[in-house]
Amino acid sequence: MTITVVPPAPSTLEGYNFAYLDEATKRMIRRALLKAVAIPGHQIPFGAREMPLPYGWGTGGIQVTASILGPTDTLKVIDQGADDTTNAISIRRFFTRVAGVATTEHTAEATVVQTRHRIPERTLREDQIIVYQVPQPEPLFRLEPRRMETKRLHALADYGLMHVRLYEDIARLGHIAKAYDYPVMVNRRYLMSPSPIPAFDNPKMHRMPALQLFGAGREKRIYAIPPYTEVRSLDFEDHPFRPIRAPHACALCGSRDTYLDEVITDDAGGRLFVCSDTDFCAERQADSAKEAAE
Amino acid sequence: MTGLTPGFADPALDAQASFRAVLEAMSRPGRIQRTGSSLHLPAPLGQATAAVLLALADADTGFAHDAGAAAEAWLRFHCGMPLVPAGEATFVLATGAPPALATLCQGSEEEPQASATLVIQVAGLAEDEGWHLTGPGIETEHRLRVDGAPEGFVAAWAANRAGFPCGVDVVLCAGDRLAALPRTVMIAEG
Ligand SMILES: [Zn+2]
Repeated sequence: MTITVVPPAPSTLEGYNFAYLDEATKRMIRRALLKAVAIPGHQIPFGAREMPLPYGWGTGGIQVTASILGPTDTLKVIDQGADDTTNAISIRRFFTRVAGVATTEHTAEATVVQTRHRIPERTLREDQIIVYQVPQPEPLFRLEPRRMETKRLHALADYGLMHVRLYEDIARLGHIAKAYDYPVMVNRRYLMSPSPIPAFDNPKMHRMPALQLFGAGREKRIYAIPPYTEVRSLDFEDHPFRPIRAPHACALCGSRDTYLDEVITDDAGGRLFVCSDTDFCAERQADSAKEAAE
Repeated sequence: MTGLTPGFADPALDAQASFRAVLEAMSRPGRIQRTGSSLHLPAPLGQATAAVLLALADADTGFAHDAGAAAEAWLRFHCGMPLVPAGEATFVLATGAPPALATLCQGSEEEPQASATLVIQVAGLAEDEGWHLTGPGIETEHRLRVDGAPEGFVAAWAANRAGFPCGVDVVLCAGDRLAALPRTVMIAEG
């Protein structure tokens, strides 16, 4: 299925707002973002707008990106680590048209990285901002579906439900089974969903030099982690958190410390493991090609 | 409404640039940002003060201030914010001695974001000297010297911080420079 997003005309033409959103909406989202930074990990409701992309395509992340982006920014968009999926290409094209920003596939060149389901392998810098697309911002959602009740639990910092849920895994399976969207404590106060990134990526959030912003479009929530903020994956003294990855080397670049995707190579069940971060993998391949040539 | 000078020359792009300066300031407490604006402003409004309010205040944000009639007319013409008592305001502007932090909106345990942002216009800001700041947004320590900081501010700030997650966030403005103090930051006297 191909969804071709045809956003309005370039923003430089009259009739459309810079970065698509009207100024009042951007102000409202900007105010929410500033409070989100001041209260790390706390979910803030905002009046989400309809976007010319369906939910599930990152409308929350797109609204956050649209509210922060300026003409001097360089935007990178990744979907599951890749820059070249239909989703990532559509979002990149959207911002090129409505904000006229430069885009890149290289993490190092980006000032803003919008992501779905991964954190780049390359350590983000102070002059970069990462925006996460979030489908379900409430980490307690599956344990307590009532929004009023989860608000109360966050107010009390009462996260016993989540501890019990994780401990049940340990009792049944001997380890915590959550491989994605593994809950974290931010600045020792708020339980937060990191969005459906692999648990392998969780440690990258801890004291990250870059500002981390989270947008949930359908659930209309924004939250943030300031730079250099403590982010701990929930665990137990006798069962410490361990980031997991497939125990292989990348078939393309040989990396043994990146997150790998399994790729089926033929009808006979042949399979390979390759880096999920395509930019990082391509850079490593180029580096070793250069070394070999020297 | 004669004699009011214009607001942002490019409302969308200037608001974006000003917001990013505040976002950066709030994300890295004590690091000084510049708005780079050159507005024609009624006294006593400074460049950064005006840029912050133009970027963030509107009809949805109650406003309280001590800046006098000319500044009020200018800000309300460009932002359209309603005047409310300081204890109910989303944005409070202090060009002189600010109201006590504890008298401003603190938010609630469930909605700590419903708290005031206090914009204080000060005489000067400098990095690498003065207060020692620690907390989220700061790798080890940031220094910030605030010339003309309100009397007793550091003690009042400690009380504000103790109320986390409730509490007031502060933006300090001097000329076209600004620095921010989110409620999480710890301040030790230099
Ligand atoms: Zn690789």
